Amino acid sequence: MLGRLSWAAIPFDVPVVMIAAGSVGFIIFCVLVLVTVKGWWPYVWREWITSVDHKRIGVMYLILALLMLVRGFSDAMLMRSQLALAAGHAQGYLPPEHYDQIFSAHGTIMIFFVAMPFVVGLMNFVLPLQLGVRDVAFPVLNSVSFWLTAAGVLLVNVSLVVGEFARTGWLAYPPLSEVAYSPGVGVDYYLWSLQISGLGTLLSGINLLTTILKLRAPGMGYRQMPIFCWTALASNLLIVASFPILTATFAMLLLDRYCGFHFFTNDLGGNPMMYVNLIWSWGHPEVYILILPAFGVFSEVVATFSGRPLFGRRSMIMATMAICVLSFLVWLHHFFTMGAGADVNAFFGIATMIIAVPTGVKIFNWLFTLYGGRIRFTVPVYWTIGFMVTFVIGGMTGVLMAIPPADFVLHNSLFLIAHFHNVAIGGVVFGVMAGISYWFPKAFGFTLNERLGKAVFWCWFFGFYLAFMPLYVLGLMGATRRMQHYSNLHWQPLMLVALGGALLILLGIALTIVQFAVSIRDRHRNRDVTGDPWNGRTLEWSTPSPPPAWNFSNLPQVDRADAFWAMKQQPRAAQDRNVTRTYEAIPIPRNNPTGFFLAFCAVLLGFSLIWRIWWGAELGLLGAIVVCLIQAWRTDGETEVPADRVAAFERLNGLKERAV
Amino acid sequence: MLLASCQEGVLDPQGPVGKAERVILLNATAIMLAVVIPVIVLTLAFAWWFRARNSRARYRPDWEYSGRIEMIIWSIPALIILFLGGIAWTASHDLDPPKPIAASTAPLDIEVISLDWRWLFIYPHEGIASLNRLVVPAGVPIRFRLTSTTVMNSFFVPQLGSQIYTMPNMVTHLNLEADRPGTFEGLSAQFSGDGFSDMRFDLVSTEADAFNDWVSTTKAQGGVLDASTFAELVKAAKADGVRTFAQVSEGLFDSISSGHMAAVPPQRGQ
Repeated sequence: MLGRLSWAAIPFDVPVVMIAAGSVGFIIFCVLVLVTVKGWWPYVWREWITSVDHKRIGVMYLILALLMLVRGFSDAMLMRSQLALAAGHAQGYLPPEHYDQIFSAHGTIMIFFVAMPFVVGLMNFVLPLQLGVRDVAFPVLNSVSFWLTAAGVLLVNVSLVVGEFARTGWLAYPPLSEVAYSPGVGVDYYLWSLQISGLGTLLSGINLLTTILKLRAPGMGYRQMPIFCWTALASNLLIVASFPILTATFAMLLLDRYCGFHFFTNDLGGNPMMYVNLIWSWGHPEVYILILPAFGVFSEVVATFSGRPLFGRRSMIMATMAICVLSFLVWLHHFFTMGAGADVNAFFGIATMIIAVPTGVKIFNWLFTLYGGRIRFTVPVYWTIGFMVTFVIGGMTGVLMAIPPADFVLHNSLFLIAHFHNVAIGGVVFGVMAGISYWFPKAFGFTLNERLGKAVFWCWFFGFYLAFMPLYVLGLMGATRRMQHYSNLHWQPLMLVALGGALLILLGIALTIVQFAVSIRDRHRNRDVTGDPWNGRTLEWSTPSPPPAWNFSNLPQVDRADAFWAMKQQPRAAQDRNVTRTYEAIPIPRNNPTGFFLAFCAVLLGFSLIWRIWWGAELGLLGAIVVCLIQAWRTDGETEVPADRVAAFERLNGLKERAV
Repeated sequence: MLLASCQEGVLDPQGPVGKAERVILLNATAIMLAVVIPVIVLTLAFAWWFRARNSRARYRPDWEYSGRIEMIIWSIPALIILFLGGIAWTASHDLDPPKPIAASTAPLDIEVISLDWRWLFIYPHEGIASLNRLVVPAGVPIRFRLTSTTVMNSFFVPQLGSQIYTMPNMVTHLNLEADRPGTFEGLSAQFSGDGFSDMRFDLVSTEADAFNDWVSTTKAQGGVLDASTFAELVKAAKADGVRTFAQVSEGLFDSISSGHMAAVPPQRGQ
């Protein structure tokens, strides 16, 4: 009846898990009670769960990512403290069968459920506003994408309590991830949660790509497009090109595991190396999917707060698109040590290094944007400068490992771990944090507390250096990744320093929560009534904060990059003349619960497949088909905001603006 | 701490391969630091000088293009990568793992098999085998052939240089040499399951005479490695235990690497 599921799947005997699960369960319960008692359900349902507004969906992605950051970081703290203890004959407090799950979950969660929703959330929120349009191309699909990601998140977290997670590392290399060596449900949790959320990411990629290609403000050609949109274009091209590879690769592994196929098994002609090739031909573009939008954020931030246009815009665009193409030609550098031969290794090594050229150009462009600027040291600028200083070090170690013989001694070592955290934290996390503090006032209508924001930055900045510089050294000393314990006592002091760094980052994360709380408390004092708190350059700052559901009451006319800056340069009289005082009724999409219901079916389907509860899987699949059919026959997808409501909104907004 | 790191691991190589790789590591780092350090300094300097409150800094609100600067900023990384790319190309060929090490002495052949979670070393010409302890003569190039019984591992002795994956049903090749006698730690650098952290072995490099003595002692000690003892080793699925075998059945490595003896240890079950 319940497949493999039984009470034995719940680890009652592991206090760490039970306490963690218990407290999370308790918090969720409290939130649900609060929402019910306060009578907030209609609001939550109407304004968030069924909302198809790209701004709301973007914010939900970011909240999801922040929550999962806490989860993924808890895993990091467990790993760091285990390694601080388990030196010499000590075994620490986490036995291998737990430790292996923790590092696998840490990697999986941080990439798929923290970095991805951070980046997709930012793109979702910002793109239509920067492009000067009213929503993404397919608003309902956007909601579906978000909820599928949330479904994947739910499944991954369920694995903490019901059953186990994969013990294979975050990419689940076969043959280790095949049934022969991982017979439990851990790898199935991994595969199904990533299949479901991966589908969401692909749909989101198609959606955002279509938005950029087909929906732009009147007059905005590609040359006038803000640089963040360019990086988002590159990122979404990569999503659309690479995520199908991931889905197909996982599908083959699933066929191996469920139906006795032999794509990647040791016997009957299976080839595990093929999996490694395939997974990295998704995996390498993936790192650029994450970093390119972060580059876009830095470009916007550095130009805005220097009060200057971005230096070398054309170079920046060319560099972005070059990285987009090159990122598909380098996957083999993840396994130089598989013995591919000198020619192949050298080819992929050099291809990898070539990516450093456009990346270097970007760094120089930001540098020369600072030059001649009038720089205001706000929180986003802190993150940007912290990024420039940190990222060049990560880039350098990356190029170092692109030299195959250097990689022969550094592959899989803690040096590698330090390298990719150097670019992932110094690049993606810093970028997202910059983006959040930059666009927060646009989303919520008030700015975040600057002092606490700077404190958060310093915690992350020094925390990163403390946590990962020792790992570079340890890697050179011969320490490899995924060790549960080690015998060399020389390594322990460095491991303790790394733990100190992780604690500092923990403080940074805690201060982020404090920063949000304090900023919400002080929101009336930090109101942004102009819609343009930073003296911005792009169109998102030309509409009120927070923008109305329709974003722009009149679609802006664009004839150059930094369109809003150009508008502001016109004399006041001309600006007033340009303002159309007549408004038309605006069609906007209606709320739609399709995404939420589909996610519900997807969770049922995924959970049932993981535990081999076949009737549950049939029910989930059938439910998903029915939900899709109902959506397909829906004809009342749109509603209209009447012209007088738009006019009233603009009048009120004008009054507010004049009051300051 | 930094000093300690130079006294062990890959910055303290004990063989020609490791030494060549250290040279590459240091050279490439130095070349890149020549740009990275100025970039860091300039970032901080520009950010500080062009702060909004500095009235002496010249504000250029519209400056967005300079062909000359663009030319330079594309050239600098391009030139460095051209140079490093050259290093990568030649070094990849010079230090290709299957490439024999030039030496006056003939190389010693050793076959490496990764088990769950132990290392088995077969000396085909001597007809002996050793578990979790690799004894080699100093100053003699070692020619490794490597495979795995179950999952992937990576054979790595940091102080000797290059690592290479061991993979089931496949044979990889590696050439290393230890310059002087000593004991160097070896390990698996590719995660392979619960016993992975203990999948370590000592590589003992000895004088030629001592090596020959070790071979004859091993032969005298007895123990046969054939299909059935091998199956027991595979089944054991544990990390520890140093053992030697005086006799190895012929073609054992080949039958393992060609998949005729693929085995699933029962311990991996739930």
